[in-house]
Amino acid sequence: MTPTRSLTFLLMDAPYEQSRTGTAFRLMDAALRLGFAVRVFAYEGAVSLPVTQQKPHPNAMHGRSVEEEAHPVPHVWVSSLMQRATERGTPLDWVNCGLCVDERGATEVVAGVRRGSPADFWKMVTETDNALIIPTR
Amino acid sequence: MRVLQIIETAYRATLEEQDDTVLWFTRAIRGAGAAADVVLTGTAVSYTVRDQDAHGLSIGTWSQRHPPAIEHELTKLIESGASVSAIAEDLEERGIAAESMIAGVARLSRKELSGLLGRYDRVWKW
Repeated sequence: MTPTRSLTFLLMDAPYEQSRTGTAFRLMDAALRLGFAVRVFAYEGAVSLPVTQQKPHPNAMHGRSVEEEAHPVPHVWVSSLMQRATERGTPLDWVNCGLCVDERGATEVVAGVRRGSPADFWKMVTETDNALIIPTR
Repeated sequence: MRVLQIIETAYRATLEEQDDTVLWFTRAIRGAGAAADVVLTGTAVSYTVRDQDAHGLSIGTWSQRHPPAIEHELTKLIESGASVSAIAEDLEERGIAAESMIAGVARLSRKELSGLLGRYDRVWKW
């Protein structure tokens, strides 16, 4: 299926910081389910979302082992979105801001995430039906 | 040493963390010997509402197995002997009635809060 509609998302929050991150992922997931092509530009702290060194941990306070806790790791959320998009035949393009990556050393990321610049974001905006900016506050 | 934790920010990354990190931290330092109590203010008074359910989050092919359970966290804190209060004016602004609140959470007016501060060796605002 070739999507006829498309959305751009700009994310800015680092992982494990804000409820906005979960909301952004839910919106992107909904867009893919509805057949939108999704393009993501991760800016500033958001470039750490797909970093594969994130690891789940046990939680003694919750009384659960690492397996039982099944701690959410955002890079898995990114991979899951990629997998969903592939299954549905809906394009998902994720671009990490290159300078932001360099600042943070966020170089080890999930497959499919590419490096770019604000020019890539502007190209996304001009090529999609609308753009949602989800900035840090 | 008595510590008062004043928590204002709510639902900050609770889905990813599977809990509120400041409540978690409070339970952790209590476990290490700190006599820490909690006052919820601002948005955080919403934590006092019973029966909140964050089940059902799924993103792509991933589904959350254990969502945050704030009521459980607060109840555990109270059961461990911590005092947990919420600012009455903030509850009223948000329409949170006493009958919808978790058992054991006290209502505290802003005027009473000022008197409470003097009973603690450390007061930390989150």
